[in-house]
Amino acid sequence: MNVVEAVAAARRAGDFSPLVETIPYLAFLGVRVETRDGRRIAVMPFAEHLVGNPTVPALHGGTLGALLESVAHLELLATADHLKLPRTITLTVDFLRSGKTVDTFASARVVKHGRRVATLQCQAWQEDEGTPIATAMVILKVGA
Amino acid sequence: MADEIDLEMMNAALRDFVPHNKALGITLVAASYLPASVTVKMPWSPRFVGNPETQVLHGGVITTLLDACAGASVFLRLKEPAKIATLDLRVDFLGRAPAHRDVFARAECYRDTASVAFVRAIAYVDDPEQPFASAAATFALDTRGRAITGEEVRKGLKP
Repeated sequence: MNVVEAVAAARRAGDFSPLVETIPYLAFLGVRVETRDGRRIAVMPFAEHLVGNPTVPALHGGTLGALLESVAHLELLATADHLKLPRTITLTVDFLRSGKTVDTFASARVVKHGRRVATLQCQAWQEDEGTPIATAMVILKVGA
Repeated sequence: MADEIDLEMMNAALRDFVPHNKALGITLVAASYLPASVTVKMPWSPRFVGNPETQVLHGGVITTLLDACAGASVFLRLKEPAKIATLDLRVDFLGRAPAHRDVFARAECYRDTASVAFVRAIAYVDDPEQPFASAAATFALDTRGRAITGEEVRKGLKP
């Protein structure tokens, strides 16, 4: 099954887990996808190799950026009408709190879906969704 | 004249002390105090692929590489040791990420104040004049966590 077929199958089934599992880097991070009340949530379970600062200790900021970018891709794939994996044009991450050594969650919202680019607002949180640890604005090339 | 920088010692801090940098295989290959600049290398690995069909690297691993490189440049700029944390990171993907190639990143911390340091960075394969990604980052100084001193960086820091 190629990527386009995997995206189509994921959309039909309403389950993006098989697609996420085909992406090596997401497997390396341990990222998986869940659906809660119809919302897609990316989950990055805590793992020692994600640590960026062992003295705090805190997750590597890059892993949060990666999670936020990934959830933006996922949300666009789930809601747009094209089937190709999106390409990121620009990612802007604001780090609000240090990532603790616990599981991290992320969700995305399409702010605008234009003809050529889509803009998504993403957030990552840990214990409490109302207390985000990082937010991101992600601009994706549509139907690349 | 700037002090000689011991890359092996700095690698002990950048790579061996930071589990995620170690997992990515990020290694310092060049560094200078004036300008406060570092160049790091990340060897190709199929584990970092974002699109299994094209084999190009995932944007997330490029973001992480740029963040790590940018942070390292801040330490070379500071006169006093400080704890740092990324406040904001913008990455522009200028071209398609490479496949089957080692990737380099270069960062320069070009300004610092009492509380913030400013960095620009690029990621490239062969030619730094032809980057496939560029980044701008701001770092907060004196955040939580034990300070990493320049001496520790030079001697090789152990967690």
